[in-house]
Amino acid sequence: MIVVRNLVKTFGSFTAVNDVSFEVDKGEIFAFLGPNGAGKTTTIKMLTTLLRPTSGSIELDGLDPQVQQNEARKRFGIVFQDPSLDGDLTAAENMEIHGVLYHVPHKTRKHRTEELLKLFELWDRRDEQVKKFSGGMKRRLEIARGFLHTPKILFLDEPTLGLDPQSRNQLWTHIKKVNEDERVTVLLTTHYMDEADRVAHRIGIIDHGKLVAQGTPRAIKDQNGTESLEDAFLKLTGSTIRDENADPAAAMRQFAKMWSGGRR
Amino acid sequence: MSVIYILWLRELKRYTRSRAQIVASLGQPLLYLLVLGFGMGPVFQRAGNGNYLQFVAPGVIGMSVLFSSVFSGLGLLWDRQFGFLKETLVAPVSRLQIMIGRTLGGATVAVIQGLLVTLICLLAGFRPVHFLTMPIALGFMVLIAVLFAALGMAIGSGLQDMQGFQLIMNFLVLPIYFLSGALFPLTGLPIALSYATRVDPLSYGIDGMRNVLLGHAAFDPRVDLIVLVVVGSILLVIGAHRFSKIEI
Repeated sequence: MIVVRNLVKTFGSFTAVNDVSFEVDKGEIFAFLGPNGAGKTTTIKMLTTLLRPTSGSIELDGLDPQVQQNEARKRFGIVFQDPSLDGDLTAAENMEIHGVLYHVPHKTRKHRTEELLKLFELWDRRDEQVKKFSGGMKRRLEIARGFLHTPKILFLDEPTLGLDPQSRNQLWTHIKKVNEDERVTVLLTTHYMDEADRVAHRIGIIDHGKLVAQGTPRAIKDQNGTESLEDAFLKLTGSTIRDENADPAAAMRQFAKMWSGGRR
Repeated sequence: MSVIYILWLRELKRYTRSRAQIVASLGQPLLYLLVLGFGMGPVFQRAGNGNYLQFVAPGVIGMSVLFSSVFSGLGLLWDRQFGFLKETLVAPVSRLQIMIGRTLGGATVAVIQGLLVTLICLLAGFRPVHFLTMPIALGFMVLIAVLFAALGMAIGSGLQDMQGFQLIMNFLVLPIYFLSGALFPLTGLPIALSYATRVDPLSYGIDGMRNVLLGHAAFDPRVDLIVLVVVGSILLVIGAHRFSKIEI
C-alpha cells in the first residue's frame, strides 16, 4: 500500500531524511519511532504531499503523490502533530468542511459523519464549538474526520501526545477497531514505546534521518537481545538527548497559550 | 464551487461567533471618529474646510475595511502554524480555490465591518449629500476589501512568526492608513507627502467614497475606480501565486 524507496530530503546543508526505504502492506499498522528531530515528521510531510522530496520515490496505493497529487490525496487521511481543527466551528461543521473538501456526496457525508461521531463518542456534542473540547476529544474528532472520506491509508503523527492514559487507551482501541473493520492501512509515529509495542504490527526505528532497524516488535527486541522495546530503542539510538531548535511553531504555541480562548 | 463556498462560509461563521472581537474592532474607528471628529472639528472649520466629522467619516470607514481585510489575510499565520491551513492543503482541491474562498470570506467580513462603522458614523451625525449614493460607496468598500484581503494573503503566505506580524503592522498597514488621506485632505500637501499619498491604493478608495458621499474629492472618480480594480487584480494574482507556494 505504501512503498518508499531511497527517500532523501535536505534543507540547505542539513539532511533531514537520508536514504529511507520501507514498505507497508494493506491493512497493516506500521509505527515510526525515533528521537526528536530524527526525521519522522519530515517523512510524513513528504508522504502527504506537503513537502517535495529532494530525491527518491514514493508510491501510495500505486500512485505517485508528486504526479497524481489530488488522486493520492483522496486516498489518505492524516492527523497532524498539532491540532488542525477550527475551534470556532462545531464538531459537525468541521466534519462538513472536510467532507466538502474531499468531494464526499452530501448523503454519504451526513450518514458517515453520524456513524463516525457515534463511534468516537462525540455525537452528543456535535453542535458544540471545538474550542470547548478537551485534548482527548479534539484528537478523537480529528481521527474521526480523517476517516470521513473512507481513506485507504491513515497517517497519524504523534496522535497521543499530551493525552492522559485513559484517552490514549481509548484512542488506540478505536484505531484498532477501524483498522480491522475497514482494512485501513495505518502509519503512525509515537514517542510511547509501549503503545508501539502493543498496537503496531511492524516498527521502523529512524535516527538522524536514517532507518536503523525495521521489523516486528518481537524481532527488534530479539535482534538487540533486550526485554523491552524501549531498551532496544535506546540501544539503537543511544542515550544522548536531542535538543531541537525551537521553531516558530513552538513560539507561536506559547503565544497562543497566553491568549487561549481567543482565536482557537 | 462548493469548496469556495464552504471556505467563504467558514470565515463568516468565525466572524459572527466572535462577538467580543466585533465589539473590540469597532473601538478604534469609534475613537477616531468621535475624538478626532469632534476634537479637530473647530480647527478644521476655522481653516475653512467645513465640517470635519463629515470629512473624516469616509476615512474611518475605509480604515476599518483596511484593517479587517488585511488581518483576514494575516490570519493565515495562525492557521498555518497550528491550525486549519494544513487540513485544507492536504485536501484534494486546488490551492487557487482555497485562496479564493479565504480571500472572498475575508473581504466579505471586512465589508460587513465597514457597514457597521457606516452605521455608527450615521448615528454620530454624519450625513451624506445623497442617501441614494450609498450603494456606490458600498461598491468602493468592496473594492478596498478585496484589494487588501489579497494583499494580506500575499503577505500572510510568507509570514512565519509574530515579530513579522508586528513589522507588517507598523511599516505597512499603519503607513497605508495614515498616507491615505483618511484624516486630512489630499490637496495642497508638500511634494514628498503628495507623492507618497498617490502610491497608496487606499487613497483612491477613500477618495472614491468621499466623491460619492460628499460630492467633492481630490481625484477623478474614474481614476479611483481604475486604480482600485487594476491594483486589486494584480494583488490577487500575486496572492494566489504566493499561496500556491506555501510549504509547511
